[in-house]
Amino acid sequence: MSALAPSSQFHRDAERVTHDLRHRGLIQKALGGYYVKRDQQKAKFTDWQEARTLAGDVKYEAINHLDKYLVQFVDAISARGAKVFWASDGTEANAHICRIARENGVKSVIKSKTMTGEEIHLGPALEKSGVEVVESDLGEFIVQLREEPPYHIVFPSMHLSRQEINEVFERKLGSAPADTPEELTMIARGVMRQKYCTADMGISGANFAVADTGMISITENEGNARLSTALPKIHVAIVGIEKIIPRLEDLALLLPMLATAGAGQQITCYNTMIGGPRQPGEIDGPEQMHVILLDNQRTRLLADPEQRDALHCIRCGACLNVCPIFKNVGGHAYGTTYQGPIGSVITPHLRGLQSWKHLSNASSLCGACTETCPVKIDLHHHLLQNRRNAIQGKPRWWEKWLWKGFDFLMTKPSLYRWAAPLGRIGMSFYPMVERTAVDPMQHWTKTREFPRLAPYSFKEYWKDRNKSR
Amino acid sequence: MNSEPITDSRDKILARIREALQTTAPKRHLHAPAGVATRGHAADATAHGTPQEWLPPVPGTLDERLALFEKNSADLKTRVIRCADEAAVTASINEIALAENWKRVAAHRFPMGHSSILATQLPVTWVDEGYDVADLESADAGITGCECLVSQTGSILVTAASSGGRALSVLPPHHVVIAARSQVVGDLSEALAVAKTSHGGTAPAFLSFITGPSRTGDIERILVLGAHGPKQLTVLVVG
Repeated sequence: MSALAPSSQFHRDAERVTHDLRHRGLIQKALGGYYVKRDQQKAKFTDWQEARTLAGDVKYEAINHLDKYLVQFVDAISARGAKVFWASDGTEANAHICRIARENGVKSVIKSKTMTGEEIHLGPALEKSGVEVVESDLGEFIVQLREEPPYHIVFPSMHLSRQEINEVFERKLGSAPADTPEELTMIARGVMRQKYCTADMGISGANFAVADTGMISITENEGNARLSTALPKIHVAIVGIEKIIPRLEDLALLLPMLATAGAGQQITCYNTMIGGPRQPGEIDGPEQMHVILLDNQRTRLLADPEQRDALHCIRCGACLNVCPIFKNVGGHAYGTTYQGPIGSVITPHLRGLQSWKHLSNASSLCGACTETCPVKIDLHHHLLQNRRNAIQGKPRWWEKWLWKGFDFLMTKPSLYRWAAPLGRIGMSFYPMVERTAVDPMQHWTKTREFPRLAPYSFKEYWKDRNKSR
Repeated sequence: MNSEPITDSRDKILARIREALQTTAPKRHLHAPAGVATRGHAADATAHGTPQEWLPPVPGTLDERLALFEKNSADLKTRVIRCADEAAVTASINEIALAENWKRVAAHRFPMGHSSILATQLPVTWVDEGYDVADLESADAGITGCECLVSQTGSILVTAASSGGRALSVLPPHHVVIAARSQVVGDLSEALAVAKTSHGGTAPAFLSFITGPSRTGDIERILVLGAHGPKQLTVLVVG
């Protein structure tokens, strides 16, 4: 992590990536295919818009009765022998997981994709306590080898070309050169097969936590989460408290919604519900299952009724895929675990408004995110609310005076009539300073034209027009 | 090692949640709670429909459902073979075994498939009484039963009880499912209901919807089959 302030880092990286045409090409190609497939799947729904509303209803019910459903979930999953640990923050969660590892003599961990794990830096914490951690999701494995964070919450390596992936495989795994996605995938498959069979602990996230039956639900395509949760003798699932849904039947709606919005699939390849460790009469499965319920400032977001629906998020990544800002600045520029519109909305709540308010300004407020969200989170209005909250929390004195002056001028027609021609005179001198160091509008004019004042006002035009009749 | 007693933040987190929920959140863009009139809309006394009304539609008869399952499977690159009887199942397995040069398969004992698997004369690692992970990993195929087949999505619902545990259906490189025609259900809701009721009213501790062979698009968003799980998936539908 750089020592730069988050906003400086964002501006620096956004500036660089925006001009990177190779990056743009990769992203456009990847997302172009996604749009086509997503629309094909949406078209299969009898009514996609109604399905969105219903999915939003399900999450509204869950989040607004979070205490009730969490307790129900914990009681049900504990009854089948899973151990539940409630963690206030990442430090508590990591300490507990490291303790489980220590007490069971765990040497190696196979991890399937968990953004919540990324959020609390679980991998580095385990490595620090002497445990080997291997990411099993292909995209996560690639970015782990490159020692960089995931680029996108669903497609962690979408910014890389096959050449770059081959380069890191050759360098870190000593593999033979490969130039097709298929060959590269098979190299990772070979490496991982052994890890599944020998790892002492499997770590997963959860896409949903089902209250009535006490199960976590994991959505994936590769099979790595199934293997990571079936073979090692300990399974640890790290679950944000907002993942709760009331009933098992709700999955019949949410699994297709997640897959359609997230990846343009009707349903992903594996959707697995796990309600405890190996049960009496079962052939296999882990001896221990631990569920870590993580708060980590989610209750702070819950306490803001205006933006509470941001907790409805099912992390499909659809808002990233349609966001003009994401497509230009890329996932790494955000400097956050969660990128794109949803990341810009929730990061200020999770990590401090004043340090992360710049993300809410990095938006054209086009509303594409809100329109695409499968659970109808009011994303672009939340960006506006973050802007408002940021300025209310830390008002800028000069801005206040600027508005006072504007107010004074605009409410005095006689003064305005005087001032307008003065503005036009001033304007005629402006080209002398435009785009120079003394240009008062330099941040704007660096990439844009400054709008010119019209040569005459509407009022003057109207007067002239009536005169000539 | 003797560790300190585990105390977690349960009470603190629940207190924070209850405090936060004292204020009600607006229900923008969603359905108003049942019975409440919203601007421009009369009060709606009923619930707001079921997912079935909005999800991709499913036909009514078993034949049509099986046809839709086959169509979806073809799109997903799952191979579906209709078998008239147990002998046809054995013949199909033998045919694949020959084509792919199988040396040994792994399987569990289930009514639908037990005798057909025995009849293939293939060496079998039976997992029912426990297994060695290396043996399962090196098997050429895993043969399992299932809970049901889902027409709407082309999915196969497996549970620990119906499919030989948690790993048999995902570790070997080729997963073969043997299912009866009557096991085809309409949609995911029906499948979940089957899973809930077929085990004495409680859902089993492990369920998984398998929809096509394992896949990834993590490299340039190009589809590759067999990322970590099976590269091939074959469903033998009997009857």
